[in-house]
Amino acid sequence: MSDATMTPALTPAADAPRYYLREEHHPENGTLLGFWLYLMSDCLVFACLFAVYGVLGRSYAAGPSGADLFDLPLVAVNTSLLLLSSITYGFAVLEMQRKHLRAVLVWLGVTGLFGLGFLSLELYEFAHLIHEGAGPQRSAFLSSFFTLVGTHGLHVTFGIVWLVVLMFQLGKHGLTAPNRRRMMCLSMFWHFLDVVWIGVFTFVYLMGVLP
Amino acid sequence: MLDHLDLTKLIFGRLTWNAIPFHEPILIVTFAAVCLGGLGMLALITRYRLWGYLWNEWFTSIDHKKIGIMYVILGLVMLLRGFADALMMRAQQAVSFGDNLGYLPPHHYDQIFTAHGVIMIFFVAMPLVTGLMNFVVPLQIGARDVAFPFLNNFSFWMTAFGAGLTMASLFVGEFARTGWLAYPPLSGIAFSPDVGVDYYIWSLQIAGVGTLLSGVNLVATIVKMRAPGMSMMKMPVFTWTSLCTNVLIVAAFPVLTAVLVLLSLDRYVGTNFFTNDLGGNAMMYVNLIWIWGHPEVYILVLPAFGIFSEVVSTFSGKRLFGYASMVYATVVITILSYLVWLHHFFTMGSGASVNSFFGITTMIISIPTGAKIFNWLFTMYRGRIRFEVPMLWTVGFMITFVIGGMTGVLLAVPPADFVLHNSLFLIAHFHNVIIGGVLFGLLAGITYWFPKAFGYKLDPFWGKCSFWFWQIGFFFAFMPLYVLGLMGVTRRLSHFDDPSLQVWFIIAAFGAVLIALGIASFLIQLVVSFLRREQLRDVTGDPWNGRTLEWSTASPPPSYNFAFTPVVHDNDAWYDMKANQYERPTSGFIAIHMPKNTGAGFVIAALSAAVGFALIWHMWLAAGLAFVAMMAAIIIHTFNYKRDFHIGADEVVRTEDARTQQLAVAHV
Repeated sequence: MSDATMTPALTPAADAPRYYLREEHHPENGTLLGFWLYLMSDCLVFACLFAVYGVLGRSYAAGPSGADLFDLPLVAVNTSLLLLSSITYGFAVLEMQRKHLRAVLVWLGVTGLFGLGFLSLELYEFAHLIHEGAGPQRSAFLSSFFTLVGTHGLHVTFGIVWLVVLMFQLGKHGLTAPNRRRMMCLSMFWHFLDVVWIGVFTFVYLMGVLP
Repeated sequence: MLDHLDLTKLIFGRLTWNAIPFHEPILIVTFAAVCLGGLGMLALITRYRLWGYLWNEWFTSIDHKKIGIMYVILGLVMLLRGFADALMMRAQQAVSFGDNLGYLPPHHYDQIFTAHGVIMIFFVAMPLVTGLMNFVVPLQIGARDVAFPFLNNFSFWMTAFGAGLTMASLFVGEFARTGWLAYPPLSGIAFSPDVGVDYYIWSLQIAGVGTLLSGVNLVATIVKMRAPGMSMMKMPVFTWTSLCTNVLIVAAFPVLTAVLVLLSLDRYVGTNFFTNDLGGNAMMYVNLIWIWGHPEVYILVLPAFGIFSEVVSTFSGKRLFGYASMVYATVVITILSYLVWLHHFFTMGSGASVNSFFGITTMIISIPTGAKIFNWLFTMYRGRIRFEVPMLWTVGFMITFVIGGMTGVLLAVPPADFVLHNSLFLIAHFHNVIIGGVLFGLLAGITYWFPKAFGYKLDPFWGKCSFWFWQIGFFFAFMPLYVLGLMGVTRRLSHFDDPSLQVWFIIAAFGAVLIALGIASFLIQLVVSFLRREQLRDVTGDPWNGRTLEWSTASPPPSYNFAFTPVVHDNDAWYDMKANQYERPTSGFIAIHMPKNTGAGFVIAALSAAVGFALIWHMWLAAGLAFVAMMAAIIIHTFNYKRDFHIGADEVVRTEDARTQQLAVAHV
């Protein structure tokens, strides 16, 4: 029985027409696949920026290097904020599966606050660097550093805007099928940014402070 | 504080009356003609009260067929612009010898060759390819629409507004003078301080986002929405090539986006990615842009290969020879297209090992391509060939493209490339493959699927005129460039000293005139066919005795494509249905679930073009406002949850009954 329901096309009823379906055909929803495809294309944008950083990351133009500039404790706090926000988003998804709307909203709110904290620290770091004369114009190394980290930050910003919009929509329509799909998309987006940040943290900051 | 704040500058940025090219008679005459033509058209639309119709039935339509048709119209209109540039260049090079400086000053000539390349690739070939894929793929896989219908409409408008920005540069400001890939440091702020490169960046960025999203859309469509029974190895070859092309789009266009962002940062923020000082590296731009650019070539040609496969099989009355090898060849080309980008700049000096690697991978690509040519030939072998217009384009392609392919293998040999790099030999080579491959394929496809889209065939006489003018014109226009290239003439020159070269340029100009006649014949063909549409009418929906599912439904297809979702048992699904006495269902229709039209795509794309225009002219205030408006429009659109509706069973019954009657009258 379960086999027959899984592949209705291949085991038609005896009187069913050979070349068409009498009943309505529901193709699988493509949203999650489409969003994966988008994420992978975005991943390529980051791949380019990482490659550019790989080429220019030591082109200091007699300016400061990563070892001179990076404040690892600050970045460690920043990293933990972002990683925690991924965990709290996971809690939101768990609550979504239990159909607890209020708890979903609470965890989404916590996620957004962690995201804001991450952004604030990043902006503080940028402002500090620019103030010290190590702005993106100073050297190719700093250009690629600001662009890679800034692009990630920009993504987090859009993620937060999306999160707020989604919270409104959840409040308005509840955990309907479209809203659950949107939550899954944002979930993938949010975790994706986490993965990219791990790359940034390792490749830019940790390896950057090596002599 | 207020004294420093110049209000005009705040609003208009660097846009002043000087940006309007009053001193260029060619541009002013063109501008006047465009204005008059445009006003005439607007007046006609208003006179016949077509605004509502256009907006409701076309601009806001999420029907993949209408979007496909709009893409094709955009591509054909831009073809005229791109070809006008070509004629101007050919005319300039034919006369500009010795004391004669020609009629185009260098700064204008440089904009023309840049615009020609950008327009022909991004706004002619891409819209035509995307348009055909959009129109045909859902029909071929037995689907009602694409996976993301709204996104499809949005993608189209992004492409259209990108094209609009390029066109605006003709009359407001200027276009880039850098060549179609805008290599830095020439395209950097130090050497191109004016708006040309900014127009280039923002029109490509906007159109590129549209292309990327349409790639995501079509991949999801092909993977998720095939009719029951259509396994991957039962997909029509055009659908296969479309799948590979869209995978390439998703994997290549992000690189273009990224590299254009980096160039914008260099120009707007003063970063040092590609500058000569402070650690910048211009060759990184060249690498990155070709990592997008080489797959782009295959993005264009793979769907053309798919079209040829459909056409050859249909007009030879045979199943395609070597279906599986055709699919594998397509996939191998898809993968290899990422491993050859460096052959565009062997002269960079990467060293012998790197150059050999890329030379060899390039040569390897000719193997699957050659396999395809043999498959088409073997399909024709012992076939009952009908030399209709699409088949003529296909045969013309096979001859022309093989020549272009062989010169490509010549160029893939690094030592030969050191001699021929950036010479007219290269220009002849890539026009040989793009015209002979992509363009002939697109024209074959347009002729082939036109009756499906509009219900009547294109007039064959003018189609044949167009084919012969194009085919002969192509050889006259580009064979001389091979000769000149071998003699060492480089590309992008607006003046020559050696008078012995002139005769070749005159022959090339003559070829361009022949091609102009080919384009004119094509346009006449459209008009004549429209006037003779009753004689050319096809009520069967299957005018060519086709083999794939798109021919199983009416022409033009109803908005829901298929009253019942087809079930597929064979590669040539429709041929299989015809061979097994398939009876078209005439009763038992049910309501059909369809997506609803929306104007959001148009609005968001228009606002993003406004952001682009404001950024080009440094109107920071306007750019900020337009950006906020764009974000607001996107967010408002996400609050729209009622995106679909049902076409009632009664309406389906009415549509299908009308077709039943039509078929009865035609005795089919």
